[in-house]
Amino acid sequence: MFTFLARRLIVVFLPTLLGISILVFVAMRLIPGNAVDVMIGIGPDVSAKQRAAIAHSYGLDKPLPVQYALWLGHTLRGDMGTSIRTGQPVSSEILHRLPPTLELTALATLFSLVVAVPIGILSATRRDGIIDLLGRLLALIGLSVPNFLLGTLLILFVAVRWPVLPTTGFVPLSQGLWPNLRSLILPVISLGAILMASVMRMTRSSVLEELGREYLMVARAKGLSNRAVVLGHALRNALVPVITVVGIQTGYLLGGTVIIEDVFAIPGVGRLALDSVTQRDYPLVQGTTLVIAGAFVLVNLLTDVVYGLVDPRIRRPG
Amino acid sequence: MATLAPTEALPARRGGLPRLVVHLGRHNRAGLVAGAVLLIFVVAAIAAPVVAPHNPVTMAPLNRLKPPGQAGLLGTDVFGRDILSRIIYGLRISLGIGGASVLISTAIGTLLGLIAGYVGRWPEYVIMRLMDVIFAFPAVLLAILVVSIIGAGFASIVIAIATVYTPIFARVVRGPTLSLKHVEFVQAAVASGATTSRVLFRHVLPNVAAPILVQLALSLSGAIVVEAALSFLGLGAVPPTPSLGSMLSENRTYMEIAPWTVLYPGLALGLLVLAINILGDALRDLLDPRLRTQL
Repeated sequence: MFTFLARRLIVVFLPTLLGISILVFVAMRLIPGNAVDVMIGIGPDVSAKQRAAIAHSYGLDKPLPVQYALWLGHTLRGDMGTSIRTGQPVSSEILHRLPPTLELTALATLFSLVVAVPIGILSATRRDGIIDLLGRLLALIGLSVPNFLLGTLLILFVAVRWPVLPTTGFVPLSQGLWPNLRSLILPVISLGAILMASVMRMTRSSVLEELGREYLMVARAKGLSNRAVVLGHALRNALVPVITVVGIQTGYLLGGTVIIEDVFAIPGVGRLALDSVTQRDYPLVQGTTLVIAGAFVLVNLLTDVVYGLVDPRIRRPG
Repeated sequence: MATLAPTEALPARRGGLPRLVVHLGRHNRAGLVAGAVLLIFVVAAIAAPVVAPHNPVTMAPLNRLKPPGQAGLLGTDVFGRDILSRIIYGLRISLGIGGASVLISTAIGTLLGLIAGYVGRWPEYVIMRLMDVIFAFPAVLLAILVVSIIGAGFASIVIAIATVYTPIFARVVRGPTLSLKHVEFVQAAVASGATTSRVLFRHVLPNVAAPILVQLALSLSGAIVVEAALSFLGLGAVPPTPSLGSMLSENRTYMEIAPWTVLYPGLALGLLVLAINILGDALRDLLDPRLRTQL
């Protein structure tokens, strides 16, 4: 297990992370205009001499690979520059906005698993029954309704008519659990719908596949109840592919927060990323993009780890 | 379709479209209905100037926020613009931008996948690692990054969405190419002196056409959603140009008093994506029975 982990880390995780950092770095240099103006946000009233001095003090007059190495060094030490708009360090801006995004993503994942796995199992064990039909319909709709549309429709049909749930806004956990959860119910459903749909589909087809296997016939032959066969034997194996889907999709949820936080006016990292783009606050664009993409890769690594824990065959080198 | 290898041949290989329709009607009713819905949307989008009852950007202050029936079939927005006409023109943007960007990513991704799979060695390593890196960005985030560099506008949305979907095609094409490389008929072509490009485009490409086609359909719905999302966030279509995504966000402010301004564009978007998804699934079942899913 340890070598498996180390290999994933060295072969996949680190190169991808390095690639992301190069891509984000190069992207910022591709922005039309002077790098000094872009990164420090100074106006045209600055003289060429001052500009050169600023460029020198930030190391912007050095060759690009050197600039990249310097920038990477700073970033790894948690220094991602200063926001043009607020003058605050980018890292503290992001840290400040992290809790709502993490809570939203975690709850959305939890929500979709809690709903999707039981329905997926029931769909498979009672194939073509009423739950199966409804579940499949729900999955198809979940995959086809974009999250921002679902969010807007939920506000329109639920929050507007049923004022228990706020239409927009976020109440931090420090102001009480219920107000906090209440402000997140609709965003969590909107964000988690796609994950719910794909987990439901995957659970269903995966359980169906396991149910046809011979070892289950053995389990039945020795007199186990249907419940014990499905939950004790089939489910264990059926959930392995589901883990991959959850891992990949949770990564996408991080991207989805950009939109959902906009729809529901939640002050998280996604909204920070969006605002920084519209306000051309490039150091902040750079920081938020790095953090979200890095988290995405991290989630994928975690998925690999869990996958390796659940299915010993994957750990074996070869 | 005549270029498909016998193993992955469409049932409609001989007889073309009519046979395909008959096959879908017999085996996959949902696929047939989805195809019909998509066809209606496509025709409406192409013939928008003829089909749309009103000009989508002409304002009519006297008609503002009229419910469906009172002014226009689906009502009007806050500027008195006809919702139905705006939806029809919005479909043009959805399908046009979605289609253009997916075609670009298909072309580039396929080429990269062919090179990676066939040439191997360092080109493969460089190409596939680059694809991994692009793949590591959530679609909307990557699109936002691209738009923030080259600015808003249709060209940049197309570039952004094409960037998002290129790695998928590269991955889909690389695998089969890798195994086809060692199959007899490809080796025979090489032995008979065919150039690499001839081998790739005349012998390998037709045999990876089926998965490409399926991926194209599945990516199209994704691309349409990304376009709508970008327009929703104000990074896509520029007002007054109607896009389904921007209609949703523009009219959010009025949705309590005029729900139709949000509901119908949303319905159109959902239906469009649903139709393409069902059709994509049907196509996959048709071309690759191993992956058959129950809808």
